[in-house]
Amino acid sequence: MLRYALKRIGIALLTIFALTTITFFLLHLLPGDPFLNIKVPVAIQEKQMAYYGLDKPILQQYFIYLKNLLTGNLGTSLKYVGRNVTDIIADFFPVSAALGLIALFFAELIGMTFGILSAQFKNRWPDYLLMFFAILGIALPSMVIGPLIRYFFGVELRLLPVSGWGTPEQIIMPAFVLGLATVAANTRMMRACMLAVTTQDYIKTAQAKGLTPTQIVMRHELKNSLVPMLAGIGPAVASVMMGSFVVEKIFVIPGLGKHFVNAVTTLDYPLIMSLTIFYGTILVTMNLLVDLLYGVVDPRIRLD
Amino acid sequence: MQTLLKVENLTVSFFTQAGEVQAVRGVDFDIRQKETIAIVGESGCGKTVTVQTVMGLLSNPGRVKDGRILFRGEDLAKASRERLHALQGNEMSMIFQDPLTYLNPTMRVGRQIAEAYLQHNKATRDEAAARVLEIMRLVSFPSPERNMRAYPFQLSGGMRQRIMVAMALVCNPVVLFADEPTTALDVTIQAQIIELMNSLKSKIDTAIVLITHDMGVVANMAQRVYVMYAGRIVEHGAAQDVFENPRHPYTWGLLYSIPRLDAPGKGAMEFIPGTPPDLLCPPEGCAFAPRCKHAMNICAVRQPPKYTFGRAEHCAACWLYSEEAKKTYADVIEKRGNANG
Repeated sequence: MLRYALKRIGIALLTIFALTTITFFLLHLLPGDPFLNIKVPVAIQEKQMAYYGLDKPILQQYFIYLKNLLTGNLGTSLKYVGRNVTDIIADFFPVSAALGLIALFFAELIGMTFGILSAQFKNRWPDYLLMFFAILGIALPSMVIGPLIRYFFGVELRLLPVSGWGTPEQIIMPAFVLGLATVAANTRMMRACMLAVTTQDYIKTAQAKGLTPTQIVMRHELKNSLVPMLAGIGPAVASVMMGSFVVEKIFVIPGLGKHFVNAVTTLDYPLIMSLTIFYGTILVTMNLLVDLLYGVVDPRIRLD
Repeated sequence: MQTLLKVENLTVSFFTQAGEVQAVRGVDFDIRQKETIAIVGESGCGKTVTVQTVMGLLSNPGRVKDGRILFRGEDLAKASRERLHALQGNEMSMIFQDPLTYLNPTMRVGRQIAEAYLQHNKATRDEAAARVLEIMRLVSFPSPERNMRAYPFQLSGGMRQRIMVAMALVCNPVVLFADEPTTALDVTIQAQIIELMNSLKSKIDTAIVLITHDMGVVANMAQRVYVMYAGRIVEHGAAQDVFENPRHPYTWGLLYSIPRLDAPGKGAMEFIPGTPPDLLCPPEGCAFAPRCKHAMNICAVRQPPKYTFGRAEHCAACWLYSEEAKKTYADVIEKRGNANG
């Protein structure tokens, strides 16, 4: 277990190094530069480039970046003048992470419950109903469902605040929109996993012990359905924590989501690099955690 | 001895998209206290469906169409789900064919045994653990204290089957159904499990219904034998009678197809030609007629009645024993259908 974890951490570091390198060179392949602006004299643009060290040969820039990265210096933003990239992440990430984790927690819980119910009522009306909503949830993008429920619950019914961040009520709608697709996907996935387990021979054994259907689901079917479900959770956690451009835009939430898009359109090199590495690190960590969890859920999976 | 379980005219069908599969077509059998009976027949003849129905384990789209399952006088075919849950694993239990797939892969074996015990007894965890150790010792399980914490995949096939036996016996059932308990095991392990079950019979008072297609297992364990074909019992009687004096051509076929070391000829094995009938539309007459060397005209059109032989309760359903056929086929009957003698 420990050896396995150490090996995986080694591979994770390599992955992040590769990600850094590839992102760095791809970024500099993009046409244009961060200070390109027809209203600003060329001399001033060149001055700016030189100030940030962007006039040096690309390989030299790369090694400087690596050196800074190893000392924990992610650089300053080119657009938010004078702001450290670390500060930007520290300011906006907690908001996105909180919203994302709340949304994901409920989405997993509700999705799995729906999946179990759907499987129990296979090919009867509760199953059809849940599957209908699951298809709907997958098919409706958040930019459609977001404004709709915002208008309905916020403007018409005045039940929930239409935007902002800080109070529990303000979390409900964005979390719902953010988690909807996950609920839908999990419902379908859990249903399939449960149905695959229901026909297993050991369920017959459980029945022969005189267990009730509910006991069979809780004690025998649930744990055995979890392995395939786990595979999806790692990437899902990483992705929701990074924030959603669309959801944060609709509900005016000060999260990290918009920076992903804005940083790229403005070619804010240090910010793009940092966000990518940060996302990559969380993703790799989550996947590692999930892999370690496999061994806990299914003892047949040996980690070595 | 008192009759424990009496099954009368049990009829079970599976209502599939292709139509009604008549898996069990009027089966009668009974078992007395402490007795071991065997239900023998080839794959798909309805043995498993019969016992699973008796235990209330019939799953969709199967349905009991007719018949009574009298367990100590109570008709289980009409019993409520709750009543069946109370009996399952408690007064009736089952050992399944393949101990690997029939054990939950992600649960420690000790817990799987304890689960059956806790379901039917008010006991603390410690009491259940003590009972688990006791029952694991009863089935001669090596180092039970350590192995009760093992997962099924960490045990060998024979050990897993011992867990299965322990699980079935943990509540001291009155009837134990053993559905091909040795089929998925190596031959040497088969012998061990049969020995185990035989030794258990002297220690506990459980009656055993053994389902198998292995005549060797039957000879080793059962007092009475029911031979099943295409959803019906075609012959039944005391094991000795059925082995020494088989009456039904299907039983002849089964017995002759056992490989023998001292067989005459150059090793070509005897077998029953053809395949069992499609139970979507079972034949009008005797289901075995299309494969029977001695089939007469009547066999294809009318069900044979039961004929009783010699000592009580040796019965076979075959037209060969009708008054009209008896004389003509005296020779066949004498040689039990074996052309080679």
